[in-house]
Amino acid sequence: MAETTTKTPVYALTREERRFVGLHLVFAFAALTIGSLFGPLQALEHAGLDLYPTLEKFGIQSYYQGLTLHGVLNALVWTTFFITGFLTVAIIRGFQRRLAHPGLNQLGFWMMVVGLLMAAVPLLLNKATVLFTFYPPMQASTWFYLGLTLVVVGSWIEGWGFYATYWQWRKDNPKTRTPFIAFASLVTMVMWQIATLGVAAEILGLLLPWSMGLVDGVDPQLSRTFFWFTGHPLVYFWLLPAYVSWYGMLPKQVDGKLFSDSLARLAFWLFLLLSVPLGFHHQFVDPGVPAGWKYVHAILTFSVFFPSLMTFFTVIASLEYGARQRGGKGRFGWIRALPWSNPSVTAQLLAGILFVFGGIGGLANAAYNVNLVLHNTAWVPGHFHLTVASAVTLSFIGISFWLVPHLTHKPLWQPKVALAGVWTYFVGMLIFSNAMHTVGLLGAPRRTTLGLAPYVPAEWSGYLWRVGFGGSLMWIGIMATITVVAVTAFRKKQLPEGEFVDVPVAESIEDPQRTPVWLDSWKPWLVGTAVLVLLAYGPQLIDQLFGMSATSPRIAP
Amino acid sequence: MSTSTEHLHIDPTEKRWMIASVGLLLIFFAAVTVAGFMLGIQVPTRERRVDPNTVAEQPPWSEPGVREIVPGEEYEVYVLAHRFSFTPNEIEVPAGAKVTFYVTSTDVQHGFKLQDTNVNFMALPGQVSKLSTTFEKPGVYPYICTEYCGLGHAVMAGAVTVTEAP
Repeated sequence: MAETTTKTPVYALTREERRFVGLHLVFAFAALTIGSLFGPLQALEHAGLDLYPTLEKFGIQSYYQGLTLHGVLNALVWTTFFITGFLTVAIIRGFQRRLAHPGLNQLGFWMMVVGLLMAAVPLLLNKATVLFTFYPPMQASTWFYLGLTLVVVGSWIEGWGFYATYWQWRKDNPKTRTPFIAFASLVTMVMWQIATLGVAAEILGLLLPWSMGLVDGVDPQLSRTFFWFTGHPLVYFWLLPAYVSWYGMLPKQVDGKLFSDSLARLAFWLFLLLSVPLGFHHQFVDPGVPAGWKYVHAILTFSVFFPSLMTFFTVIASLEYGARQRGGKGRFGWIRALPWSNPSVTAQLLAGILFVFGGIGGLANAAYNVNLVLHNTAWVPGHFHLTVASAVTLSFIGISFWLVPHLTHKPLWQPKVALAGVWTYFVGMLIFSNAMHTVGLLGAPRRTTLGLAPYVPAEWSGYLWRVGFGGSLMWIGIMATITVVAVTAFRKKQLPEGEFVDVPVAESIEDPQRTPVWLDSWKPWLVGTAVLVLLAYGPQLIDQLFGMSATSPRIAP
Repeated sequence: MSTSTEHLHIDPTEKRWMIASVGLLLIFFAAVTVAGFMLGIQVPTRERRVDPNTVAEQPPWSEPGVREIVPGEEYEVYVLAHRFSFTPNEIEVPAGAKVTFYVTSTDVQHGFKLQDTNVNFMALPGQVSKLSTTFEKPGVYPYICTEYCGLGHAVMAGAVTVTEAP
């Protein structure tokens, strides 16, 4: 069964809007396709089968160049292009009105495209093999930094287009609660714009002048602090759009309703408040950050687990409500009544299941001194493949299973292949991430060609083999889903005349107008966020800025 | 609709869930705090800055290696990280002694992870990383670079040989 069609859409996007969003998806899926190609190569290298030499004739010169492409294309490009496209739909459909300044959004989008191409050239020429964290003083081509800057600024501009649309809507609807999916999209964008101030400062203030030769040195510690100011909330920028779907759309797809409008909004406000001031938990073992500040950020990182637990409850309650409407019975028996035959739903349910493990592992990462055991081990990519590569990517794939038919007016091609793809990916991920976590605990480092490492004990080999096997299954699964999306987009067959795949928008059980107005007011939450960020980061930023010693010269990767 | 009907409705089950969530997080706060500040399992803190361009020429890193502070009881180890090896790459200390590692990099960012211990930190150019450990059992403990530092990253490793306590 594919997504249900309807005769009368509540609000239809114009042809131009559908084309505009579709272009986002073209770039997003192109990045995912190329980026995912390297995934099994890395996994198989760990298992003892290094296929990278065969890629030399295609210009891929090392494992690390492949790893950089994998990280940049999958974690940065696929996510950012999908998110800006998807949130455009959520804004238009949520407010049920046209974008206030479509030209502004187009400007942002094409800036992202130019940035992507600018960064792609040095990446493919092996001139930016610095991994997606691009830690100095290892230096990439200036075009790489410029390209990343344009992608980020382009995404900001698309966000400004959303704000302008909101203000227009608000003027016409002064007393109405912001429609949930639009509200959640706005919070995501605002959080992103606060979060990316860190990487903007890093690139514009430190890396660009240094890579252009205007200054001779860079301060690696300060650079890391700026990077991780953005680096962790980046995770929430990926995750919150999946939450837009889990809270605001998925319930509709399972014949349910949003369980609690107020608490869903509260969760999003807490994510705005708490996503940014916790970046030092990525720097627990950095030499230049005082332990006291690391402890403060550890506590704040635990705090952001609270809205995650709220999400866990509300999303499951919404699903259960829907399943019982569909005739589901029993304490857990209702789970079977969910529409598992709908690949869009199944992809997102499996994403959620994997994310439970991701969340638990994340608590261990956050736990201050526990990080001594985990830092930079294979545990870490094991963890974030459950978040960005599962909760986020599988949800985005699931969303695409209705979004592409919505945009193209074409029925989903082969829903059974789509289902097989997401299940294969799910099983592959379970095997892969479990092995990565375990071998990480045994001491295996991340980001390393373990096939060449002299210190690999025999004890690791069984796990590394499972890394290779699971990673290969994931690739087969993701390629099946990408094929379904691509064939759907470019096939000839149209939906029957007058039929339409609508954006699934869940109603909430309570009338949103009964949600307290403080949960629909920006000011207190923006002020709170600014204060918390200043308290958590201000003293250290001032200290590290004034103590800056830009002594590290340029070093080629 | 008038604002008088507004209220923050929370389902009783959800309320219990939220209280349990807060309780759970408080337990985590407590666990980390006790382990960190009462049991002394600590992360590295700010030690000191050095100039990565000259650090290898000045004491103590002009002669990296082991310093015996109190024989059999206390040792300091100075390690330089550089592409693609550690200096020294072989260290010998006795079991039961407190061993403090001081590591810095002369070029790019590296990691320093001493297997089967809690010594695991970044080795950054311009900064000194410091952590201590006590090896309970004799044996060979590899230390490896855990941050990508270039094509030879995977071979960047050394080993601590822990001898019987004197």
